[in-house]
Amino acid sequence: MATAPKDNNKPAQEVLLRVENVTKIYDGTVKAVDDVSLTVMKGEIFALLGGSGCGKSTLLRMMAGFETPTKGKIFLAGQDITDLPPYQRPINMMFQSYALFPHLSVWENIAFGLKRDGMPKDQIADRVEKMLSLAQLNKYAQRKPHQLSGGQQQRVALVRSLAKRPQLLLLDEPLGALDKKLRETTQLELVNIIEEVGVTCVLVTHDQEEAMTMASRIAVMSEGYFLQVGEPDAVYEMPNSRQVADFIGNVNIFEGVIEEDEADHVTVRCPECVHYVGHGVSGHKGMAVGVALRPEKIMLSKNKPTGEYNWCAGEVIEIVYFGAHTTYHLKLDSGKVIKAQELNNTRDLSCGLTWGDRAYAHWNDLAMVVLTH
Amino acid sequence: MSQASNNKLFAKGWMIAVYIFLYLPIITLVVFSFNDSKLVTVWSHASLRWYEALAKDTALIDAVLLSLKIAFLSALMSVLFGTFTAFALNRYKRFKGRTLLSSMSSMPLVMPDVIVGLSLLLMIVSAQHWLGYPQKGLLTILLGHALLGTAYANVVVTSRLREMDGKLDEAAMDLGAKPWQVFTLVTFPLLIPALVSAFLLTFTLSFDDVVLSSFLSGPGYSTMPMVIFSRARLGLNPTINAVATVTIVVVTMAVIASSFYTSHQERKRKREEAQAYSDSNK
Repeated sequence: MATAPKDNNKPAQEVLLRVENVTKIYDGTVKAVDDVSLTVMKGEIFALLGGSGCGKSTLLRMMAGFETPTKGKIFLAGQDITDLPPYQRPINMMFQSYALFPHLSVWENIAFGLKRDGMPKDQIADRVEKMLSLAQLNKYAQRKPHQLSGGQQQRVALVRSLAKRPQLLLLDEPLGALDKKLRETTQLELVNIIEEVGVTCVLVTHDQEEAMTMASRIAVMSEGYFLQVGEPDAVYEMPNSRQVADFIGNVNIFEGVIEEDEADHVTVRCPECVHYVGHGVSGHKGMAVGVALRPEKIMLSKNKPTGEYNWCAGEVIEIVYFGAHTTYHLKLDSGKVIKAQELNNTRDLSCGLTWGDRAYAHWNDLAMVVLTH
Repeated sequence: MSQASNNKLFAKGWMIAVYIFLYLPIITLVVFSFNDSKLVTVWSHASLRWYEALAKDTALIDAVLLSLKIAFLSALMSVLFGTFTAFALNRYKRFKGRTLLSSMSSMPLVMPDVIVGLSLLLMIVSAQHWLGYPQKGLLTILLGHALLGTAYANVVVTSRLREMDGKLDEAAMDLGAKPWQVFTLVTFPLLIPALVSAFLLTFTLSFDDVVLSSFLSGPGYSTMPMVIFSRARLGLNPTINAVATVTIVVVTMAVIASSFYTSHQERKRKREEAQAYSDSNK
């Protein structure tokens, strides 16, 4: 491709897609998307993450032009595209089911969009060849889609949507149809191809791992609106609500009350323990909050910690072995069950804890997030 | 004898009984078409006498040609109208009168042919009375058969449209195809197998229809089933056996050819799929 090499760490700060207060109401009552606004920068890979029925697909379909917003506007590079039909938008989509035309060969599938634009024949041949080499499918040009494996079909679907050099590429659950082993390699291939072309991307997924590995920014969606928008590590380490903390990864949430509120630290008293948080929070003394603590940030030991804060004791009721790590379920004295994840960094599997043992969980003062709502 | 082999024996016997029930009459008909005797039920010796008689029987040959013509034209009309109906019902989800159209379009499937024929006849008679048009004949038979065939074609095309991935249309549109291009470049090519089977089905329906034709035909327009039916009442003539045998041979050949083609395509597809997986595992 004839794109200049660019620095992927520093995307150009130019707005490509702007969604303004878009609402979609079905049958007069069902609000699929509720007053959503967002901007996507040029060169970005933006993920819409959420469970089924959260409105992420509807939002994507409105960008593609298959649905029209009930309210609000969509702009692409400054132009209002809200009412343009799909075939007039410089946007292409890769479908979850791939939607390859079964009666056309791989070559003809890729050329389909180019022919619709009335591109001269020799240029079409040229472009299709480039796309085939991008997907490493030159040998399979004359095959029909059913003669390809799942991974190959997926690459055809991707380069078919890239062939017209769209300003914006939409990916609908790009890896949804592949099995786990194939997903990991395909994920990398996909990102490599997208970055090579340098196209801006909006992808929809329910898989948080897929969103985190592929996207530069994530919007977590629920019931038609955004819960949080941010970079993957920000969303993971600094969730802004219980819902986000719970949706992204595993989390233990302790309910408590702010006891001490200082500029450099706060303490939160919970029935199980007292949390000492090593930074200030936007709460006030006496406020009911949740303290979110990820399982991998908890350390376990048999010995009682010496400090006053940031530990609790319980009984090991479940041990789940994952190979690379092990998750222990600890039943605290209050009856609450928390999960702690220990890295298996030696081949000696017995870290000394077994079912029924009394264990102490402890963590440092920057491990947790105080959630005010 | 064990229970299992008893069951097997019973199953085999049952199967043979069913085959005899289905095919013995047809075999008898074919055999007796080569009978020299004038009596349909008494065998004398083999001859091609009735085939010669058939070649000279212009009334019967005209009837066969008329039937073929009607079957061909009405099948075309049925597929056309049936496809329109199927599209309206499956691709455009919400419009006024959809439920009504959906139930009315399948009505001819369950309505007795006699009722349909009679009501069409009454309609045509009153239309003739008020407008002087249409005369009973080719056109009225065609319309009657197309009415019935449309209902069947609608069912066939609908089932194909339902199993087709609706995303294909969207993908085509997404790649820049205008709605009419989506139809000509994607939907239509994928529908062809369904259109062919709808055509064959409605062709057969029309070709052997006797009830509707009897109500709707006029002087000089007797279809093959009508001729056979009326001659049967006067006492069967082995010429009928001959024409039936010719029909059976033609139909059987068409069926064998089409099933051979289908299974060949299926085998080819399976082989190619296997090839794809062994390639991708290299």
